[in-house]
Amino acid sequence: MLFQLNAAASHPLAGTVAEYVWMLPLLPLLGFAINGLLAALSVAKTGPANPGLDHGTAGHGAVVHTHGAGVHVHEVGAGAHSHVAHDTHDTHAGSGGATGDDHHPVARHRYAGVVSVVGPLVMVASFALAVAIFLAMRATHGMEEPFVQRYFQWMVTGDLAIDAAFQLDQLAMVMVLIITGVGMLIHVFSVGYMRDDPGYPRYFAYLNLFVFFMLVLVLGASYPVMFVGWEGVGLCSYLLIGFWFSEKANADAGKKAFIVNRIGDFGFLVAMMLLFANLGTLDFVGVNESAGALEPGGALVTTICLFLFLGCAGKSAQIPLYVWLPDAMAGPTPVSALIHAATMVTAGVYLVARSAVLFSLSPVASLTVAVVGAVTALFAATIGLKQWDIKKVLAYSTVSQLGYMFVGVGVGAYAAGVFHLMTHAFFKALLFLGSGSVIYAMHAAYHRTHSHEDAQDMRNMGGLRQWMPWTWGLMWVATLAIAGIFPFAGFFSKDEILASVFARAQHSPLGEASWLGIPGSAVLYVVYVFGLVAALLTAVYMTRMMIYTFHGPNRTGDRERDHLREAPWVMTGPLVVLGILSAVGGWFNLPAISGGALGPIEGLHHWLEPVVGTSSVRLAGEAAHLEHSTEWILIGVAVTIAVVGIVYAFARLDPKRLPAKRDARPEEGFGRVLANKYYVDEAYDRVVVDPTVNISRGFLWRGIDVGLIDGLVNGAAGLMRGFGRAGSWMQSGQTGTYAWVLLIGVLAVLGAFTFGNP
Amino acid sequence: MLAESLALSAALFTIGVVGVLTRRNAIIVFMCVELMLNAVNLSFVALSRLYGVEGQVFVVFVMTVAAAEAAVGLAIVIAIFRHRQTVNLENINLLKG
Repeated sequence: MLFQLNAAASHPLAGTVAEYVWMLPLLPLLGFAINGLLAALSVAKTGPANPGLDHGTAGHGAVVHTHGAGVHVHEVGAGAHSHVAHDTHDTHAGSGGATGDDHHPVARHRYAGVVSVVGPLVMVASFALAVAIFLAMRATHGMEEPFVQRYFQWMVTGDLAIDAAFQLDQLAMVMVLIITGVGMLIHVFSVGYMRDDPGYPRYFAYLNLFVFFMLVLVLGASYPVMFVGWEGVGLCSYLLIGFWFSEKANADAGKKAFIVNRIGDFGFLVAMMLLFANLGTLDFVGVNESAGALEPGGALVTTICLFLFLGCAGKSAQIPLYVWLPDAMAGPTPVSALIHAATMVTAGVYLVARSAVLFSLSPVASLTVAVVGAVTALFAATIGLKQWDIKKVLAYSTVSQLGYMFVGVGVGAYAAGVFHLMTHAFFKALLFLGSGSVIYAMHAAYHRTHSHEDAQDMRNMGGLRQWMPWTWGLMWVATLAIAGIFPFAGFFSKDEILASVFARAQHSPLGEASWLGIPGSAVLYVVYVFGLVAALLTAVYMTRMMIYTFHGPNRTGDRERDHLREAPWVMTGPLVVLGILSAVGGWFNLPAISGGALGPIEGLHHWLEPVVGTSSVRLAGEAAHLEHSTEWILIGVAVTIAVVGIVYAFARLDPKRLPAKRDARPEEGFGRVLANKYYVDEAYDRVVVDPTVNISRGFLWRGIDVGLIDGLVNGAAGLMRGFGRAGSWMQSGQTGTYAWVLLIGVLAVLGAFTFGNP
Repeated sequence: MLAESLALSAALFTIGVVGVLTRRNAIIVFMCVELMLNAVNLSFVALSRLYGVEGQVFVVFVMTVAAAEAAVGLAIVIAIFRHRQTVNLENINLLKG
């Protein structure tokens, strides 16, 4: 029965606006429906025989898909770099007319107006509702029980009964606010960034659908419902990475993301099955209640957690499954900001925090999470040092920061991990959108002059501060935030993670556990050092990116330089909001020693206390807090390291001596290893992909499929044909032959009667 | 007397079989079939002395059938000859599979 609301009537949220929690995901779904319909309509109406509309795309060719009877045409751009700003006349009317006259005017999509309203509007509505629910939840002053709403019974098989149910608690609320808030800003930005793309409605349909699935992921009241969202966001990620699918590299990147994520999903599924087999329930509430039946530190709970973490490693791009995320940059830049920085990739962190009760029962699994996170943080940061593609730098930076989050949730500092998730959503979304703004300007400049230079390569940038002062200033805010400079957001969250690691290394149940025979505290100290070094590298590579992009002389090209200009307000507006959040976002959760000068002390900690409090204490022990003097020293070390990184980058990197991409020479020594990302992709190709392909080709295809299966079928057919041929040979049509056969038969029968049965 | 009759019957039957198997002319094959039928008739009559009159009754039936068969068979042979200008069995193989 649909909408059978049987939330506990006594719950403090019952009867409040929280009853409308189901509308949160439904609003983006509505946007998906409308935009998807418009996309389908335009596909149906726009054929190759309609030259008026797609002047720009006709030259590049339209991809025609035949589905059954109807012919569907996907209009596509010329490829990855022809999408933004086919023509900047509209956005900069009157400012660049003199040199832009030779340019092809490209008509906007016929439904661009509707889509520009619907796409962001559903997000604004969803965000407004989220804020209202948040206020209602705040008014309950720390509700202890999650607010669960059951809508209908989804599936019942044997002992397993899964309800389609949403669960609202403090952790889900934080995620909902991030998703709808940051998502809303990115939707607005997309209006500017994607408006001239021929696939504009399709883009917004996918983006709305993504938000729907993401909200299902964080609101789901059980692992299976969460898994629906988990798979759904993976699907949308695939669709958006391969948004410009006419270029094979983009389509391949989408497939890579999808396939690598499948490996992680396998772990998630196994963990779910183990949970059901041993606890008999998959509801978060039920698991929380019955997790006590699991033996603490036992092999079972460790196995479950490690399988769960495999899922997290896939979704959140941790070693060894991180390889898809850098390739995912093939998608439009706002997609990278929303999906591959702010929300979807943090789903793994959310899953660990959501399963805190399980992870806290297994110090071994928790330490594994922390170690993988720390190694990933350091590893990705080193790669980020030598990337030239501005989005690749940010991609490896994201992998690295996700590593930090896993260090946080791995050591049981769930609130700190979620805190970093939040601040990272702010400053990384800002960085990506800022890079999108840069790429938009670069692309427009190259497009105007019909140049085929790479609009994303930092070697072609330089000195952009002159033309893009807003983007420059705001990206510096984000850079300082990610580097961990006081008082920007990243400082507080990163510091809290590192301080938590240090505190637990000194004295905690986690430190007393052992990991592969190594004492937990030793492991944690190593994790702490890794975190510090990664922080140093973060400061270096981010400053490097800023220097090469915005400082020094311009290397774009002499003709192109005149076309560089700041993005329109619809794009810089969201940047400003994110800039403010990146600056003050850390003040929601100030450390105790700050005395509460800027905001609430440990606000997020208190907020999340009902969800992860007990689990956190189980790993950290009661006395998790450091001496104040120690804490000041740790803060000093962290900030010093960040400052050293920035100063080092400024001292060592000279943008004046950097050659443009067309004059660049390949790296040498270890730099080449870094520039080639440690050859991990090549190694995976050699070790995993090639053998898989070879086994598939040589054994599964030629051996099993062609040899065995086709062989059986063809063999059966051949046998029948042989019988037929023999039968037809016997039917000679010669009566004489028949007579002979008859005689022989008669003699045989007579012989049998006479001699066979004496 | 019985032994001689059966021996003669066997001899006639064998001649008939050999004729059916070896000859190519449809008329001759037909006649050989008649020979075989009559060889059987002879054994029926001979054995009826031992086993009762039913053998002789059977002979009457066989002769009736043989007469009908001769009528139909000859009609077919004539029809084939009109159609193909030959009654050589080697050339009549339309039922070849």
